[in-house]
Amino acid sequence: MSGFHIVVLVKPVPDPGWYDRVEIDPATGALARQGMPSVLNPSDRHALEEALALQERFGGRVTLVSMTPESSAETLREALAMGGDEAVVLSDRAFGGSDSLATSRVLAAGIAKVAPFDLVLAGNESADGGTVHVPSQVGELLGVAHLVNVIRLEVDADGSVRARTRIENGYVEVEGALPMVLGVRREINTPRYTSLMGVIASQGKPIRVLGAEDLGVDRSGVGMEGSNMRPGKLSRPGYRRKGERVKGDPEETVARIVGILRAEGVLG
Amino acid sequence: MAELKFTQQQEMLRKAVREFVEKDVKPVAARLDVESRFPMDIFVKMGKLGFAGVFVPPQYGGAGLGMTERAIILEELGRHAAGLAMALMTHHLGVDAVLSYGTEEQKKKYLPDLASGRKISGLAVTEPTGGSDVAGQLATAVRDNGNWVINGRKCFITNSSNAEVNVITARTGEDAKGRPAFSAFIVENAVEGFSPGREEDKVGLRGSSTGDLLMNGCKVGDASLLGGEGNGMKMALSLFTKIGRTGMAAIGLGIIRACLEDGVKFARERVLYGKPLSKLQAIQFEIARIRIDYEAARLLTYNAVGLKEGGAGADAEIAAAKYFATEGAVRAAKRTMDLMGGYGVINEYPVGRYMRDALTTISCGGTSHIMQIIVAGQTLN
Repeated sequence: MSGFHIVVLVKPVPDPGWYDRVEIDPATGALARQGMPSVLNPSDRHALEEALALQERFGGRVTLVSMTPESSAETLREALAMGGDEAVVLSDRAFGGSDSLATSRVLAAGIAKVAPFDLVLAGNESADGGTVHVPSQVGELLGVAHLVNVIRLEVDADGSVRARTRIENGYVEVEGALPMVLGVRREINTPRYTSLMGVIASQGKPIRVLGAEDLGVDRSGVGMEGSNMRPGKLSRPGYRRKGERVKGDPEETVARIVGILRAEGVLG
Repeated sequence: MAELKFTQQQEMLRKAVREFVEKDVKPVAARLDVESRFPMDIFVKMGKLGFAGVFVPPQYGGAGLGMTERAIILEELGRHAAGLAMALMTHHLGVDAVLSYGTEEQKKKYLPDLASGRKISGLAVTEPTGGSDVAGQLATAVRDNGNWVINGRKCFITNSSNAEVNVITARTGEDAKGRPAFSAFIVENAVEGFSPGREEDKVGLRGSSTGDLLMNGCKVGDASLLGGEGNGMKMALSLFTKIGRTGMAAIGLGIIRACLEDGVKFARERVLYGKPLSKLQAIQFEIARIRIDYEAARLLTYNAVGLKEGGAGADAEIAAAKYFATEGAVRAAKRTMDLMGGYGVINEYPVGRYMRDALTTISCGGTSHIMQIIVAGQTLN
């Protein structure tokens, strides 16, 4: 076997530099993203870095898979400039409004199209959704082992895997074998910079676009129709400051201030 | 007339360069200035990313791009660390000297190391007798048993203490009309009789080293002669224009953008009379003037670079871009300092550094007076 076929799930997300300009449509509760530039989801860069490091070590192929409107395909080009051999864009009007499970169905169908694969790497969560649902759901749908919160990964040439995952107050060491789907956290590595040579090379790398028919997905399981999750009420938090003047003799004042800080959870 | 529009690849390149600069260069820019230090570690990284050999063809280890991409890199670097941009700009002078005038053997020998940033280069023409007075050079190179023996002193040479591959001009005789003739040589820093001299304590662009190069019986072989005997002056003047002045214009442009972005941020955040400074019309005028200088400098710079890249002479256009972008950088820094009030003179903010860097760009690659002489000369003729 000469190397692994690694699939990296990537997602263009609104540029965090524009977050202060995000508007919410009061009628639909949806974010108005028009005119906002997209960037590669930050934690996906770590997934890609991990894949590229494995490719450098063992050879093989790296395929990027993304469910995103075709208009965002240029963000995929930027990911290809960092590395990877080709990108597959899963784009169809039918996918619009997908919740995390419906998205996972589309992604699993897309991965099946580029199969066989040895490893699927994804950022733990997206900067705009942040559910941490997708890696596990994709793993279940593909019928392979899956982990999230991965902060260290060791893969041997025979496909045996040792992974460390972050848990509250510590970590867990897991051993297993490929194939796997892993959601990685930022601590796992430092993504490489994109070189000028990478930018040039990216221009010749293929980006395939596949729609619902190409994937053969059941339309009732994707998009709005296939999504059980609905956003609740969205509102903009207020930034007004509330002031309170504490008067009295020093001892009373200090006691009162300490009481307020305790009540607010500032002091233990 | 087409609008100034970068290609999708150039936009991607700008984004990639910006990410590197913001993460690896911006955090140390103030320290490099205070310590007057050229960051070799960052230059090595820039080499690996392709900046050092951006316009060098791939067969010599470069990225194979052009002068527009080079200007984008210098603008982005100049935005946060004009001194480091100056070091890269000067490296490109040496690189293009070898690329444009070198023999195939010289290209194969030097370009892979220079394009990858493993070695740094520079161009040494200026002497204590003057920089713009190129014919006033006193350094000599004399034939001696099949070798050349170089004697003389170069000054105000960027990368003087870091460059391992120096392109040096020296007087090698007279032409048919009895005028001094100059030739260029590739001198590696390990050659006996060659050494860096004193380093200058500059006002700005302190992220690059600047100083003397001393040649005292420095002996090099015929294989070091670059571009043929007697062609040193022509070569130097061509490199000043094609690489030096376009580069300085791009760095000036980066400084103007730094002033614009920092000025806007300050004006929006600083509250005076109960509202942000940006609401005051007097401040809006300052912002508008910086923006206008930025837009004009941008158009002049990329137009001049594009003309040169397309094969035109473009000496006047390049001189105009260099003049306007560097003088515009000084104006922009002054206006930003003005709108920041007391904060403008506090070194916790980088605008003072922008001002010193901008002032220093004026004398690099030909002063503003020389640029005006070039523009006037071409216009009157």
